[in-house]
Amino acid sequence: MARLAKAAALALAVISLAKPAHAQDTPLISGGAGFFSNTPGGQTSYLPEIQPVLAAPIGKKFLIESRALLSEDFFPNPSVHGYDHAEFIALQYLQLDYLASRHLTVVAGSFLTPFNVFNERLSQIWVNPFQDGPLIESIADFSSGTSLGAQLRGSALSRRKYSLDYAAYFSARSSNQQFNAGRAAGGRLSLYLPEKRLEVGASYTRQLQGVHENFYGAHAWWEPKDTAFRLRSEYARGHHAQGYWVGVDYRSQAFGGLDSWVGRIEPIFRFQQTFRRDNAASDTLPATNTQRADFGLNYNLPHNTRILTSYSRVFSAAGNSNLWETGIVYRFLFPTWKGK
Amino acid sequence: MKPNYLSGGVFLVGLLLVATAAAMQAQARPSPPAPSQTAPPPNTPAKASASHDADNGDLIFAQNCSRCHRAPESVSPRIAGTVLRHMRVRAQLSQTDAEAVLRFLNP
Ligand code: HEC
Repeated sequence: MARLAKAAALALAVISLAKPAHAQDTPLISGGAGFFSNTPGGQTSYLPEIQPVLAAPIGKKFLIESRALLSEDFFPNPSVHGYDHAEFIALQYLQLDYLASRHLTVVAGSFLTPFNVFNERLSQIWVNPFQDGPLIESIADFSSGTSLGAQLRGSALSRRKYSLDYAAYFSARSSNQQFNAGRAAGGRLSLYLPEKRLEVGASYTRQLQGVHENFYGAHAWWEPKDTAFRLRSEYARGHHAQGYWVGVDYRSQAFGGLDSWVGRIEPIFRFQQTFRRDNAASDTLPATNTQRADFGLNYNLPHNTRILTSYSRVFSAAGNSNLWETGIVYRFLFPTWKGK
Repeated sequence: MKPNYLSGGVFLVGLLLVATAAAMQAQARPSPPAPSQTAPPPNTPAKASASHDADNGDLIFAQNCSRCHRAPESVSPRIAGTVLRHMRVRAQLSQTDAEAVLRFLNP
């Protein structure tokens, strides 16, 4: 709790520091609030979560951004014939961005590791169509997903038909509870074709502590023009394991558009596989080769609210299992103070 | 790893892709108006102005933003610039694109 208080105090300090250069540059608070349940093998846990984001411009070229995750896990405890609970609070990033030019943004502080794209893009609960991340989510980031150091990123080339984006980072080792990170360096390069709505990219990370291991990643995302269909996929390979996931989600525009009751229905599907290359597990991938199929149906209510449901079947040498998940997520967005 | 699982999985993914491709084909429209998945609902200011800028902003939203997430129902004019600055770091918008999206969010 003390950590949270510190973070809140910091947030307030930032807000009061940030004197907007323009009226439209008021600091904002956004994020997701959700209530989830998951039932692996018949035992249901409940997970209320809130994931607030603060973004505060300073002057014309700086931005402070930060995100926290607060949750409380209520899980069955057979020894007491009831439920136990555990609190989880983490500062997921707290970074200063300097927008040097259209080709370069300099990031300092703690930031989401730019290895593959799930972490930066889908780890926000209102963005992710599934309640949980893919199995390969934390293969290369010491399982915290956060780096502590500096990052250079931007658009190397930007034309009407394509753009080439890069991110390069260095992270120091930190065992601070709030900024837990490993010494590592790496980067990502991605090519985006705006007219085709297709993006492909590759990532690399090298651990610079312990056994110096290399990690490789690749991603391909596609959202065909004029459809509300999306295909997203990622592959990651480490020294001891590798895996991939392919996910699709779809909303129909054929029955009165996206805001009709049919258009609000969102079928989703994800397939994932992980492979152990040896048994020296330095990652968080399953101990045995695993395949998992997630079938889901989401419903997008008005007012930025989404209901998520999914059924997953997990196949592995350790036994096959089922997982049911349901949840409701609300997306919020407001200025830190009311204006004139 | 039993190989039949692998082929089963690949088959499943393939089947799904074919099915979605067919569904998309079935509803593909010849004249592409501004993609409606990115158009905010009528109560937001963006749609109220059907100006060229807003249309262009629509396209820029579809090209630059919607691959990650859909537009929020409304964005207060006071934070439109902040959103843009935040998303410029994520989405690598160019300055001109950022200005067009700004007009789209807050015309
Ligand atoms: C690369 C993926 C990506 C792209 C492209 C993208 N966004 Fe976002 N956006 C995010 C993520 C992720 C968040 C949530 C931030 C977080 O939780 O850390 C977000 C948050 C937001 C928010 C909530 C307020 C905030 O700043 O947090 C708004 C509004 C928004 N995006 C608008 C846009 C617009 C407009 C565009 C196009 C110019 C865009 N986004 C492009 C990933 C993206």
